[in-house]
Amino acid sequence: MSTTATHAPAHDDHHNAPTGIVRWLTTTNHKDIGTMYLLFALLMFFVGGAMALIIRLELFQPGLQYVQPEFFNQMTTMHALIMIFGAVMPAFVGLANWMIPLQIGAPDMALPRMNNFSFWILPFAFTLLLSTLFMPGGAPASGWTLYPPLVQQTGDALPFVILAIHLMGISSIMGAINVVVTIMNMRAPGMTLLKMPLFTWTWLITAYLLIAVMPVLAGAVTMLLTDQFFGTTFFHAAGGGDPVMYQHIFWFFGHPEVYIMILPAFGIISEIIPTFARKPLFGYDAMVYATASIAFLSFIVWAHHMFTVGMPLAGQLFFMFATMLIAVPTGVKVFNWTATMWRGAMSFETPMLFAIAFLFLFTIGGFSGLMLSIVPADYQYHDSYFVVAHFHYVLVPGAVFAIMAGVYYWLPKWTGHMYDETLGKIHFWLSVIGVNVTFFPQHFLGLAGMPRRIPDYATQFANFNMMSSIGAFIFGLSQLMFVYIIFKAIRGGAKATAEVWDSPKGLEWTVPSPAPHHTFDEAPQVK
Amino acid sequence: MPRSLFRRGPGAALATLATLLAPGAALANDWQLNMPVGITDISADVYRLHMTILWICVIIGVIVFSAMIYSIFRHRKSLGVEPAKFSHSTKVEIVWTVIPVFILIGMAIPATETLVRMEDTSGSDLTIKVTGYQWLWEYEYLDEDVRFFSRLHPDSDRARQLGSGIDPFSVENYLLEVDNRMVVPVDAKVRLLLTAGDVIHAWWVPDFAVKKDAIPGFINEVWFQANETGVFRGQCAELCGRDHGFMPIVVEVKSQEDYQAWLAMQRGELGDRPVASTHR
Repeated sequence: MSTTATHAPAHDDHHNAPTGIVRWLTTTNHKDIGTMYLLFALLMFFVGGAMALIIRLELFQPGLQYVQPEFFNQMTTMHALIMIFGAVMPAFVGLANWMIPLQIGAPDMALPRMNNFSFWILPFAFTLLLSTLFMPGGAPASGWTLYPPLVQQTGDALPFVILAIHLMGISSIMGAINVVVTIMNMRAPGMTLLKMPLFTWTWLITAYLLIAVMPVLAGAVTMLLTDQFFGTTFFHAAGGGDPVMYQHIFWFFGHPEVYIMILPAFGIISEIIPTFARKPLFGYDAMVYATASIAFLSFIVWAHHMFTVGMPLAGQLFFMFATMLIAVPTGVKVFNWTATMWRGAMSFETPMLFAIAFLFLFTIGGFSGLMLSIVPADYQYHDSYFVVAHFHYVLVPGAVFAIMAGVYYWLPKWTGHMYDETLGKIHFWLSVIGVNVTFFPQHFLGLAGMPRRIPDYATQFANFNMMSSIGAFIFGLSQLMFVYIIFKAIRGGAKATAEVWDSPKGLEWTVPSPAPHHTFDEAPQVK
Repeated sequence: MPRSLFRRGPGAALATLATLLAPGAALANDWQLNMPVGITDISADVYRLHMTILWICVIIGVIVFSAMIYSIFRHRKSLGVEPAKFSHSTKVEIVWTVIPVFILIGMAIPATETLVRMEDTSGSDLTIKVTGYQWLWEYEYLDEDVRFFSRLHPDSDRARQLGSGIDPFSVENYLLEVDNRMVVPVDAKVRLLLTAGDVIHAWWVPDFAVKKDAIPGFINEVWFQANETGVFRGQCAELCGRDHGFMPIVVEVKSQEDYQAWLAMQRGELGDRPVASTHR
């Protein structure tokens, strides 16, 4: 309530708490660490975005105008690695840090020192990764999947990239363990598992996925390392190895990784739609079971990324059927969100706008995903721009829009100020137009035969590429507004109440805005 | 300057619109939206499969999006509506779990049929071993004593250099032309054995609905049977390093007689020297 909203955050700080940079280096507070994760993700979003703009600039018209092909390949590789491991995943971990303790009524994360450590690994990992741009031979240029034997042609950068991936993996695993331990042990009395908010639920499942698959990635890249420097031949055909085995191991990590980047987004959307529809989430139990089913299926579909490698017929059929099945729980989620909106009393503040755009555009990405599961058609789609359009639809208006929706939704709780609603709406409309102008024409390019990861293309692809590049610059530049809106809200603005929105559900809305440095020192009772 | 978007008049734009409304117009055009129907039975099947699933998705999309849009316009607070209280219904959950399962089964059956036929490489009329290298293809006609390399056409190669000053629109079939084309006879089942000499490549010709990885140390099989003569173009589809975008595939489908004449010429029987056979 507003009486507690004036409660000064500094008041309940520890005595002699360090200030300045030392505070941030040594903090074990889940809110501080969440903030650092989110700011780091925002920074990486712009670094990866700048690389995307270099790619789209070169692809604005046929012919090579700005960069050499080798550098172009470095950009596609680094763009993906930075966006996946530096922007999307840390943003979700930041939201988890901030919101999970607030949602389950816990005073902090269960393992606060490990929490600090898992964040502070990241700046080193990404410094290492970005430094490869300046090494002899340049940054890795083999695509983020690092397929051998091509990746073995990387210059001096290879061991640095592998070490950077190990560091990111360690950070993710520690973050995931923290989430699991916190949720399992620190829920407020009365909060049974099936009373948890969906964001917490989806993160619990995501955390298990992370713990299961990050070591697999670590194993795969370590084998690359020993192949390169210690004379092993895991993936060298000439030494009795198998380059395709790398792809199986990589995608055993890589497919669950896809869901690691979308399940927390499902959680955020499941929080926002009920709030702005003023109606409880439809089919809560079904949503939880659907999330768990998706997580389970994610482990048995990996080879749909590699239908063209020449698998036996039976193998292809198994992976086709298993992949098609994912449409069922995903459909259940979309139907439940629609049913939540149905006969609600909706209002359309910025978080809701992003959530609705997520609903439409993620569904489009889901449709193209279903098309890709059909093996004979996949032979045509595979490694074409159709795939590029598909995964950007699920990752940009999917994961990234959900993160933005979450940031707008919880920003008043974090800062104590309302963000600028008008600017938020302009940011939304520019983003949604930019995203569609960028990625929708890429479906056509792929179907017409344009392969992905090429720096130059035949002239019949010129029109849609130009369109796509224009969209990319609209989208990229409009994100500067996002930064402005966030920092404006941090510095000031209309005071937010504890509830912020119109009677939202959840424990996070029972603490004042901004949330004091320490919350739930005494556990709340959940009915 | 960007050309093709602006250099045509409105009349030409209307003509383009007409062609692109005919789905799958096989010839390359500047606004091609859809997958080519191609020139093999399999590619036509793949196209049909693609269109079937696309339309199923479109229908589901129209239904779901209509519900969302209706809800967005009618169930809004600004209209003074009271939110309903319902929050679950096991019956509906079962309905929208079971119906998609049946739709999926309906999709899986034709997909499986097509896939089974695509994988049947038996009874081929000729076999060509295709080897991918950084950044060219080698074609070896087994039992025919014909082998040659095929790389990006010099005109494209000159134009594609950074700062070449050559307008790609002035080069015919920019990036989609080679020095030596692969030649196959029409109406014959052609089996390809794919492998690679260095890194992984992928051999893709959309008009045949053939895409398969060429992997060092492995031999992959694919087949196609062209129903028409003509020239069909594709590209390497697996990132293979610096010049991945510059190793096109061009297949010329000839009549049986023309193919035999071409083979003879390649063997040097007609006095001509076979095409270059030195590697790089």
